[in-house]
Amino acid sequence: MKLKDKLIQAYKDGATRGLSFEAERAKHIQQLEEMGFPTIKDEEWKYTNLLPILKKDYQLSESISKVTAQSLEEYILTDTDTHLVVFVNGQYSEELSSIDDKHACICSLAEAEVKKPEILKKYWGSCLPENPDSLVALNSALSNNGTFIYVPKNKLVKKPIQIVYITNEVSADLFLQIRNLIVVEENAQVQITERHQNFDGKEVFTNALTEINAAANSIIDFYKIQNDKRSCSLIDNTWVNQEKTSNCTVDTFSFGGKFIRNNLSFLLNGEYAESNMRGITLIGQNQLVDHHTLVDHAVPNCQSNELYKGIFDDNAKGVFNGKVMVRPDSQKTNAFQSNNNLLLTDSASIDTKPQLEIYADDVACSHGCTIGQLDDEALFYLRSRGIPFKEAQAMLMYAFTNDVLSNVKIPELKEKLNRIIAEKLGVELNIEV
Amino acid sequence: MLEIKDLKATIEGNKILTGINLKVNAGEVHAIMGPNGSGKSTLSSVIAGREEYEIEDGSIDFNGSDIMELSPEERSHKGIFLSFQYPIEIPGVSVSNFLKTSLNESRKAQGLEPMPAGDLLKMMREKMELLEIKKGFLSRSLNQGFSGGEKKRNEIFQMAMLEPKLAILDETDSGLDIDALRIVANGVNKLKSKDNATIIITHYQRLLDYIVPDYVHVLYDGKIVKSGAKELALELEEKGYDWIIKEAEGK
Repeated sequence: MKLKDKLIQAYKDGATRGLSFEAERAKHIQQLEEMGFPTIKDEEWKYTNLLPILKKDYQLSESISKVTAQSLEEYILTDTDTHLVVFVNGQYSEELSSIDDKHACICSLAEAEVKKPEILKKYWGSCLPENPDSLVALNSALSNNGTFIYVPKNKLVKKPIQIVYITNEVSADLFLQIRNLIVVEENAQVQITERHQNFDGKEVFTNALTEINAAANSIIDFYKIQNDKRSCSLIDNTWVNQEKTSNCTVDTFSFGGKFIRNNLSFLLNGEYAESNMRGITLIGQNQLVDHHTLVDHAVPNCQSNELYKGIFDDNAKGVFNGKVMVRPDSQKTNAFQSNNNLLLTDSASIDTKPQLEIYADDVACSHGCTIGQLDDEALFYLRSRGIPFKEAQAMLMYAFTNDVLSNVKIPELKEKLNRIIAEKLGVELNIEV
Repeated sequence: MLEIKDLKATIEGNKILTGINLKVNAGEVHAIMGPNGSGKSTLSSVIAGREEYEIEDGSIDFNGSDIMELSPEERSHKGIFLSFQYPIEIPGVSVSNFLKTSLNESRKAQGLEPMPAGDLLKMMREKMELLEIKKGFLSRSLNQGFSGGEKKRNEIFQMAMLEPKLAILDETDSGLDIDALRIVANGVNKLKSKDNATIIITHYQRLLDYIVPDYVHVLYDGKIVKSGAKELALELEEKGYDWIIKEAEGK
């Protein structure tokens, strides 16, 4: 059976049903049925071919498996106090999670149906467009669990929240729909990290969707660490709605996995709001990372800052598509976008496309993309100081990513990312942060 | 220490060096002067091992062995140091970390263990004092946001740390105000010994008031067209390069 038919059948069978929203789900499954999966003929998927991944024969759910806290340690921050939300094979793991939710409600989405039904009802799907693409529709139709974070008015969640989606001891290749809902009320603040991690080398394909609601004056920092096994594919849809004077950051660090597509979308819906999106992509072999971003300046006086850096080795392929929309009345918009790439081999590639649609006349918008190699002069400089070629290259690549990394606000995370980068570059760099 | 014979180099088909002969002994200071485009910076890059240049002919021996096939890092490990005219900015890599990497890579090449952190810090402090560098300097990103003077001082600081046998100072005086020039020159002078040698590449005579050369060479059109004692620099300052060019072309 083709994957699409299998998914529709699963919906009809009610096999993956967990949450409510029946009416919405019926609509979404119909959207999937009508649209089908995107192909390279779709403008938004021109450079990224999903077909090979869709061809696999996936199971759509898997029972929870035994994972020890110790085996988890490598993938989480352990040197600082955090809230830890862990799912195994798409199921919430009470055993591995550790949450103290005095100031916020942090739980699984399934649990939120009982704990915060009114919040769930109000916000589930609220960030999504009326006619979403088929992957968003699929997630909405079939997702039955994920993480729920609700931070009430004036509350500060002091410890970062770490969300980890583990897959382990999977009996056959697995296709998961993961759903996160984050609601941060007025004047509240939270820091979140998220990671999808396979343990057993099976082919896992995750179609994740996160909705972030940033109420007036809230501050949200969301860090995505994408460093999964090479057998795994991820489509990560993130939709952010921001109200006035809110400040929301979504940083994406892509190192691992076979195939990653990030769809990150911000709607600036209240004046003086600020959106930040940054990314480091550091891949090789036959990996692919595709960043599609959209910033919709729907009201005046907002600011968006976008900075993506990519380093591509071997046959790796990158895609960057940054769309910025400035609506007719959105005067005094500041929108900055920059995408810089290093290609280390002749067979690595990047397709980069800034896409600005500006309908207001009193705005400051800029964009720039660069594709280049490491600077010979800089390499010579380091080598003339006795630093061998490979280390010199690594140092320059590290420096290249530094302005993204320097913005990470959790010191332990910054250190961890530093270590991952040094490891990826194949050097020991004692670079302090 | 350094012996260059009939060195010819090109870049992208353009002849830059057309037959350089130069011998530098331990304990000596040589100044290489010349108008813009005469090949001064190329010469320093070629000695340090920059790979973009094509060596057509000639040889470079350093302490009795041919270094033509050595990489820039290997030449550095042998004791050649080039102070850059335009030092490169490396964001996110602190001065201290860079120095630590640089010094320990050199030690590794010589079969030595990394320098203990305490010793390294002590050495850095001593050399910083020599160059009147302030304390916070070590934790700044390498050359990023440095003023012209700070960049050049940082170059000489690195030189002081690496203790090279041969130091080539490429236009170290450019962009320096008089105080910075004095500090840099003072640092270079203090590092001088009977065992090491210095080549100063400069456009102007100014730096040579502070670092007095034993020999002055004039480079023109990729060749050394005149050599002399330190007085030659003064003569050049007074009369410019035209008379030497005429003399060279008349030959």
